[in-house]
Amino acid sequence: MSTAPVVEVADATVTLGGRTIWSGLDTRIEAGEFVAILGPNGVGKSTLLRTILGLQPLTTGRIEVLGRRVNGTAAGTDAGTGNGNGRGTGNGRGTGNGRGGARGVAGRDVGYLPQRQGFDASVRIRGVDVVRLGVDGDRWGIPLPGRRSREAARRVDELIDLVGAGAYAHRPIGTLSGGEQQRLLIASALAHRPRVLLLDEPLDSLDLPNQASVAALIARISRSENVAVLMVAHDVNPILRYLDRVIYLAAGGAVAGTPDEGITSECRSDLYGIPIEVLKASDGRLVVVGAPEEPAVHVDRHGTA
Amino acid sequence: MGGASLSWNIIDDIRLMWSLPSMLNAFRAGTVVAVLAAVVGWYMVMRRQSFAGHTLSVVGVPGAAAAVYAGVAVGYGYFTFCVLAALVIAVARSRSARRVEGDGAVIGTVNAFALATGLLFISLYRGFLNGTTDLLFGSVLGITSDQVVTLAVTAVVVLGALAVTGRPLLFSSVDRSLAVSRGVPARALDIGFLVLLGVAVAEVSQVTGALLVFALLALPAATANLLTARPGRGILLAVLLAVVTVWAALTGTFFSTYPVGFWLTSVAFLFYLLAAGYRRLVRS
Repeated sequence: MSTAPVVEVADATVTLGGRTIWSGLDTRIEAGEFVAILGPNGVGKSTLLRTILGLQPLTTGRIEVLGRRVNGTAAGTDAGTGNGNGRGTGNGRGTGNGRGGARGVAGRDVGYLPQRQGFDASVRIRGVDVVRLGVDGDRWGIPLPGRRSREAARRVDELIDLVGAGAYAHRPIGTLSGGEQQRLLIASALAHRPRVLLLDEPLDSLDLPNQASVAALIARISRSENVAVLMVAHDVNPILRYLDRVIYLAAGGAVAGTPDEGITSECRSDLYGIPIEVLKASDGRLVVVGAPEEPAVHVDRHGTA
Repeated sequence: MGGASLSWNIIDDIRLMWSLPSMLNAFRAGTVVAVLAAVVGWYMVMRRQSFAGHTLSVVGVPGAAAAVYAGVAVGYGYFTFCVLAALVIAVARSRSARRVEGDGAVIGTVNAFALATGLLFISLYRGFLNGTTDLLFGSVLGITSDQVVTLAVTAVVVLGALAVTGRPLLFSSVDRSLAVSRGVPARALDIGFLVLLGVAVAEVSQVTGALLVFALLALPAATANLLTARPGRGILLAVLLAVVTVWAALTGTFFSTYPVGFWLTSVAFLFYLLAAGYRRLVRS
């Protein structure tokens, strides 16, 4: 894969409310690569996804998606108008963040799966409807029957086949398991055949078998659809065997490299600022010894308390 | 009205009701209001903004009382106060970073203030006291043809606005972050929907009274949601339920001595119970 990168990040720094979240991030992500974004809580992993979406302005540096500037100096004007700056990194999480001011400039080339709590049983909308909203939910007007509507419906069927959700896609999404919901949301994010797929802790709150199968699904789609995957992850083990590259974020800094470069004791210790042992178990799994509790000092996710 | 005898010949009964111009206007206004309330209410339930809807209806009380006190048509009071309150809630919401938690407190404050103001206007205008019950619990008497036209035109405008914005509005209600990443102006839609909700509440209040708005705004949508999880079908079913509710309630009012508010809530609640029972039966 010696083609032009689908995502290029150059000397990128984000400052929120006078505090540097991370700085000096350089990375190039090629088509079809599977990249994990790792780091302690509150370090700005979700913020990195939001900068690639153009929702969170960079302080310095630039980000290009498919050669198009989506962030950094002289970026799209939308990115600069957001008044979400300074509210802390936590705003990117969950479905209820209140910033409508900044709008995505990356457009349909970038698929996005925000971090979420999941739909509860009172959400009376079917899985297929959620996928359909991913296909044409951003269009104005009533979806009238016709060629466009048929094409959208066909695309929804393809997507549901792609993630293997045919058995339950017609049930209300609130009644589905976390893994089933996640598969449908991945289908929704893939609606426009994006070249880049941004996933924010998609394995969070799934049980172990589902973590493994959703991770395998994402890896399979990354290869078969030739889509670069950037995935914020809490636990690297379910995705380790699929990874091409790792981006580590830690208080103030950022490092990118291959998994073997990234997941070493020195590297993790440097980033967390605490001695950590990373051991490789006989089955290839990584075991982190002496891993700290969540750092006590980080940006308050919930804004002013 | 009030206690005409039912012949159980449906054609004759309807002919009898519609021979009264006031009753005919009640059916016209009620149908318009039912369609509007069901569609807007479906979105309100989907977006979980029922408390905002309730507060907007309470705000209608001082609105209507102020209109009576000022000597203008009640409708102006409803529309002015409901839309202003919708804007207040919308601005307060968007200022609050913690959208969900901030909501309840702001809306509750508006709610309490509105009721207090309503009481003030009612006590200022002593002669108005007789109308207070109608204001709170609805009245179908005295809806003029002009009023029907105003209701219909407003409803068409609101439904037209929803037809254009409905899909992105649903998208941002279901998955806000994803919708925003696709360029959906979620915040503008938040404000826009609250204003539409305010207008709808102002319309419905004129038939159901301020306190019983939910009989047409929330109940048909909630009943429809019990029966289907498809957005299109849900909206159509809510409209059907609301229209049947209004027609049954007006008929009940005409052929009995019970007030319209009683019939509206009872019929709407009966449908809800039937739907809940049906769903339980199908599930088991």
